[in-house]
Amino acid sequence: MNHTRVATVWLDGCSGCHMSLLDLDERVLDLADRIELVYSPLVDSKEFPEDVSITLVEGAVSTSDDAEKIRLIRERTTLLVSLGDCAVTANIPAMRNRFSVEAVLERAYVHNAAIGGQVPGIEVPRLLKRSRPVHEFVDVDRFLPGCPPPPEAIFNLMSELLDGRPTGSSIITRFGA
Amino acid sequence: MTDRDYFKGKPRTDVNPVRILTFKIDGRDVTAREDETILTVARQNGIFIPTLCHLDGLSERGACRLCMVEVKGSDKLFPACVTLPRQDMEVMTDSPRLNEYRKKILELLFSERNHVCSVCVSNGHCELQDLAVTLGMSHVRYEYLYPRHTIDASHDRFSVDHNRCVLCLRCIRVCDEVEGAHTWDVMGRGILCKVITDLNQPWGTSETCTGCGKCVHVCPTGALSEKGKSVSEMSKRRQFLPYLEMMRRESRK
Repeated sequence: MNHTRVATVWLDGCSGCHMSLLDLDERVLDLADRIELVYSPLVDSKEFPEDVSITLVEGAVSTSDDAEKIRLIRERTTLLVSLGDCAVTANIPAMRNRFSVEAVLERAYVHNAAIGGQVPGIEVPRLLKRSRPVHEFVDVDRFLPGCPPPPEAIFNLMSELLDGRPTGSSIITRFGA
Repeated sequence: MTDRDYFKGKPRTDVNPVRILTFKIDGRDVTAREDETILTVARQNGIFIPTLCHLDGLSERGACRLCMVEVKGSDKLFPACVTLPRQDMEVMTDSPRLNEYRKKILELLFSERNHVCSVCVSNGHCELQDLAVTLGMSHVRYEYLYPRHTIDASHDRFSVDHNRCVLCLRCIRVCDEVEGAHTWDVMGRGILCKVITDLNQPWGTSETCTGCGKCVHVCPTGALSEKGKSVSEMSKRRQFLPYLEMMRRESRK
């Protein structure tokens, strides 16, 4: 049987969308029979591979690293899915957008530090001025809102994509779900 | 025009009936009183037209433009909540063009304030959120503006979060028309427009606010909420409004 090459990516999100994916319980096995998970926080590969058929992206684009990653992912993916509110709307990560990056970092690393707080400057990616939804950086083919999208919605979308059926007929999710 | 305006100083309609006319909505023959809006008649006939600023029991404002409909013979779109039907008019409530406009309106509403459904008190009870589902809005194609808006929690029992306001102005109408206090009003134009209490002062210092909470319960989003409510806990009760209106009208007869 021909396995579809699938990847999942975790950008600026809480991993809740991945948890929702795992909440498919035994249906994960149905999916596993049909896909090859080539890149994901759930597997060990370090480099995003070439020729991925479907990539599910969780999280907003918030750092220089996220921005680089998502462009590479787009290049190497046939069908890109924004999975969950952070990818679709930037959601919680975007709540910092009303403040300057400096103010946000000061608040997190200095004001709230117990002792000797300092803003990390090396070996961490630079925060972008604003946290933004994935489709403001690259073209996105499908959107699945929800915080997180319910397992059924993820399963329906994946089944539709794998069967080559038209998607969206079974949208059972909403923003903030 | 509201029923209330219509009936002011007019003879009783049961002895002096208004004119009845017939027209078409989505190809269906419907009858209407001449003073009923297209929206009213559509709802009476179970035909769905999306609305946001409209609320049964309040005057119409025609602000949100979600209820725009097509009328045969005209390129213009008409807001169903403030348009009266004419004899033999043919109204279309659904078309790719209308749906596209309605989605754009929603997307603009989402992009011009900070609507974060997942952490909102009204998550799951929000008319804006529901409309996104109903109209199939899967994402916002415009750049989000991320404006900096304030939260006023100076009132003992209620708070207003301007990040979630869609400027439907229901709060202003219910406060003025039903409670009679006119605490709420609106200031600024365009993107700077916002609802205010009294003379743009903290709600808690308002001398006109009676604390009745009607504004909170007519608010379609989580902009106005009761204090102490956490995420998804702010469900609203609006059923009282049409009854209040009806009872007041009856008592005037």
